Amino acid sequence: MIPGWKALALAGMTAASMTVSSLVSAALTSAVAQPAAAPSAGAQPAGDEDADKLLEKYRAMISDPMSNPGYLAVDSGEALWTTARGPKNATLETCDLGKGPGKLDGAYAEMPRWFADAGRVMDAESRLLWCMETIQGLDTTALRKKPFASSGGNPATEIEALVAFVANKSNGFKYAAKMEHPKEREAVALGEALFYRRSSLNDFSCQTCHGQEGQRIRLQNLPFFDTAKAAQATMGSWPTYRVSQASLRTMQHRIWDCYWQMRMPDVGYASEVTVALAAYLTKKAEGGAIEVPSIKR
Amino acid sequence: MLRILLAATAATLLASAPLGATEPKTSDLKTSAGAEVAPGISRERLEQAVAAAWKNLPPDMQARVVQDETMQLCSQYRNSPPPAVADAILAREKKNVAYPADGKLMGDWKAGEKLALSGFGGRMGDNPKLPNGGNCYACHQLAPAEISYGTLGPSLTGYGKIKGNTPEVQKEVYERVYNAQAVFACSNMPRFGHNKFLTMEQIKDAVAFLLDPASPVNK
Repeated sequence: MIPGWKALALAGMTAASMTVSSLVSAALTSAVAQPAAAPSAGAQPAGDEDADKLLEKYRAMISDPMSNPGYLAVDSGEALWTTARGPKNATLETCDLGKGPGKLDGAYAEMPRWFADAGRVMDAESRLLWCMETIQGLDTTALRKKPFASSGGNPATEIEALVAFVANKSNGFKYAAKMEHPKEREAVALGEALFYRRSSLNDFSCQTCHGQEGQRIRLQNLPFFDTAKAAQATMGSWPTYRVSQASLRTMQHRIWDCYWQMRMPDVGYASEVTVALAAYLTKKAEGGAIEVPSIKR
Repeated sequence: MLRILLAATAATLLASAPLGATEPKTSDLKTSAGAEVAPGISRERLEQAVAAAWKNLPPDMQARVVQDETMQLCSQYRNSPPPAVADAILAREKKNVAYPADGKLMGDWKAGEKLALSGFGGRMGDNPKLPNGGNCYACHQLAPAEISYGTLGPSLTGYGKIKGNTPEVQKEVYERVYNAQAVFACSNMPRFGHNKFLTMEQIKDAVAFLLDPASPVNK
């Protein structure tokens, strides 16, 4: 369990963040307070439209990269990448993210991918941990145990910062993970099977919330990944700075958070399950533009 | 017009038709380790990955990870089971519905409303001593005044006004909330009673929130 997360948990299911919901409900109170002649049911679609418009406005307000605190994580990630550390006193500048040692530009856009040296399909997070272990000789046990910063303005963990830095180097690139290696194809198929696997106290699977176009939980819109545009918009905006958590969050965190909502125990960080789901979703987002870190509620 | 629309959607209640179904490869009513759950992926392979991602858990947490027969079938058929499989699920799940000893199925709509608004419970870090919420608003529109509602399930606004609250209707709603899959195989809705996520009393309160003429759902 991630400490500090509890406070947020009390706010209820993800729904709209407190910021968004209070903004919207405040605005809607006035929008819905129409002349008595207006039938109450008739006011509902107008309310929905207004909510959408206000949410759009809110998103536009927070999407200014110059004021996106996620870039602090990018900067600390760069420092971590270029600083000699660990028993081997080495930097990560020889880390091969798939395009050759130290080649950063566009590497994130082609992950997850098969790495022959590790004998595994890896996403950016698994690969960076692997580089920290093999190149720097660092023990990543503690980091794997607590990979995510506690909510509430705490600085990004080392792995979050490194992912933010590496992902940012794919800005302007389009998702182009080939998924042609048999093991990559297997990861995508395994991710698909996981997407539909129902479990736990509420019988949920990923499909429960992301299986239909245009659905929402409370006021929160849910991406439907069979629509390429939605998959691209979602995957192209992670890592993201989440205002409601005041933290930079990665795709591994997004998947952990979804399983948390699904009432599952904590899913293994950088496990085959989370990498396979990331592979499945990245395949769906093929061709989508990357612009990260983004900023979300 | 909108009223009629709402009524129509409410009437279908939880019978949301799952999308994106794939053709079943087998008409087996039982699941098997070798069953294909995605191209080239057997259930056995899937479960190996799951076991590796959730390991060293205490028994109550381990139980959350393991699927029962109904979960397995709904996952395999992506919530669109062939008719024979759907019938088998319905028959099994119907047997699981338990009713209050005193036969009363309508509780307190005010408690039901609180239940509908609360998404608390069952998540890692949630205090298990506090009551779980039903989180109905996550997926359903209910009282017209509550604008923060989800759309994964049909709108239930005015449900009691449309359906009445005869003993038959009460029983139908109680069963749907207790075990949605006793009514609709592979429904997306949690089996609240069957999974012991909500107590019988809580389910009665949810029934009252939907059917009581005094409930804001029916105002």
